[in-house]
Amino acid sequence: MLGSGILKGLAVTAKNFVGSYRSPERMVTVEYPEQRLPIPEAYRNFPFLVTENAEDPMGTLRCVACQICEKECPPQCIYIEKSKDKKPDATGKMQIYPAVFEIDTSVCMSCQICVEVCPFDAIKMDQVFEIAAGDRFTDLLLKREQLAKPNSYFHQIRPTEAEEVDTRLAAERKAAEEKAKAAAAAAAAKAAAAKAAATAAPTTKTADAPSADAPKPPPAA
Amino acid sequence: MSSSDPSTLNPQLSTPPAWAGGSGPTVRAVHDEFHGDLLEISMGPQHPSTHGVFRMVATLDGETIVKLKPVFGYLHRNHEKLGENTTYLASMPYTDRLDYLCSMTNNWAYALAVEKLAGLNVPERAEYLRIIMGELTRLVNHMCLVGFLFNDLGTSFTPLLYAFREREKILDLFEALTGSRMMCNYQRFGGCRVDPTPEWLAAANKVVQNFPRFLDEFEAMLTGNEIMLARTQGVGRLSRELAISAGITGPMLRASGVDYDLRKVDGYGFYPRFDFRVPLGEHGDTYDRYMMRILEMRESVKILQQAISEMPLGPIMDPKAKLRGFRPRAGEAYGRIEGPKGEIGFYLISDGMPNPYRYRVRPPSFVNLTVLEDMCLGHTVADAVVILGSIDIVLGEVDR
Repeated sequence: MLGSGILKGLAVTAKNFVGSYRSPERMVTVEYPEQRLPIPEAYRNFPFLVTENAEDPMGTLRCVACQICEKECPPQCIYIEKSKDKKPDATGKMQIYPAVFEIDTSVCMSCQICVEVCPFDAIKMDQVFEIAAGDRFTDLLLKREQLAKPNSYFHQIRPTEAEEVDTRLAAERKAAEEKAKAAAAAAAAKAAAAKAAATAAPTTKTADAPSADAPKPPPAA
Repeated sequence: MSSSDPSTLNPQLSTPPAWAGGSGPTVRAVHDEFHGDLLEISMGPQHPSTHGVFRMVATLDGETIVKLKPVFGYLHRNHEKLGENTTYLASMPYTDRLDYLCSMTNNWAYALAVEKLAGLNVPERAEYLRIIMGELTRLVNHMCLVGFLFNDLGTSFTPLLYAFREREKILDLFEALTGSRMMCNYQRFGGCRVDPTPEWLAAANKVVQNFPRFLDEFEAMLTGNEIMLARTQGVGRLSRELAISAGITGPMLRASGVDYDLRKVDGYGFYPRFDFRVPLGEHGDTYDRYMMRILEMRESVKILQQAISEMPLGPIMDPKAKLRGFRPRAGEAYGRIEGPKGEIGFYLISDGMPNPYRYRVRPPSFVNLTVLEDMCLGHTVADAVVILGSIDIVLGEVDR
């Protein structure tokens, strides 16, 4: 019958219209500013810099200004200037730090490549998406101070990933400490051995070395 | 238009029009004092039915199109030159922006080309993930296409919103896995970026299981609709011969009855392991092209069900692959896959530097667009809009 296809189609739209009042499967919209959907953990927007200590954000940046993200960034929206001096980072090691670290969020395309290439877990993706600004030249160019956010914030937005990063960093830190300790112990043992050898055979040594004014060998440590 | 000589009207026309002694569309000779001159109208680049910034310069005889010139390039972003000046990895997010509805398949084709160049092997689980993402992308793309096609036909927004409602569920899956709804940036050279959790796979399975129900409803609403049949059947016919000689690929080629699907022909990824059929059209008209998308969605659901249930455990990255300081050896490679729109390919020449020496994209919708004039001749302007809609173009890919 001519027109049966149209009637069938109208039945479907009627079903959807009535269903949108009754079944949540057909009522899919939310009233946005009042009602919000949960953000998935993986959601990414713009990068931020992780700091270890919220009290002293600029002193405890994980970033060591290696500039890998600056080189890899596809739209080249990161600008870094290395510091001239070194400062102890969160682990107490002396490191260079970024004197200038800027991200132009009007250029950034949220691709997450800076996060992937960062060997120090210093840059991560943020989840703030309500970022209206009055002036695109000044307000969207984020400075180091605006980008720095504490690790606790990272834990808050991405608990699983932050946990992973923390365990990995803790393991690395422990391994480094143990290595340093082992190196110190080995150096001490070597120095002790050298000292013992020197005290055991002082005469031969002086006999073998006629030039007594030769410089003293530096200590092994 | 001053000349009435039939040969100058459309030199590219494969068959001359009937009034010029050929078997092409019937167009009466004009340019006499009774009928007046031909009228040249410009549609676009800001016309809502041109799917982006695309312009058609149509020459009309009354209501009938006798010549149509596509004009594009308004969205040119220098994609290929950018690709030659950035590292291999940095081009990956740019490929998302080629065909912004199907970022996963663009990523896949590019990753395939670079993997051929660098000799990387993709682990089994990553291949399964790629197939799942590719087929989900096919669903997303075809839903967009049928929705917009009906928009072009004049059913203002109801089918489009039903299609988008389902598409949103797949985009939510993408967002939960990759962090972005459309610009997924998911594939990497030698594997994939994130491993989905079992919960994600369960959610994906649920979406896939519910999908045929939506398709049935969508078809009940529209496939048998008399207005739709009258507007699409016999409109914009593309002959088998022209489709082959113009290099058309994808659902458009199969709607003309040519059995050519890279998933079967190349057998890339693990597609030979899956049981699915390639739907074929007969007439090559707009209706066949619409049905081709519906049938392909049903086949995609089949592939997805198999892939999700058979997915193995294991690593998702080739251990040889490296992210920083990636330099493939000198050589060239062409990676192509069957994207939702057709053959999407990337041709790369490496000279051993961190950036490719030559980076070329073979975009399916650009090549498919070349036969627009041949399909539109003899039809009205309103039909040209529908024919353009059935080609399935995305201007980000056409202009690059």
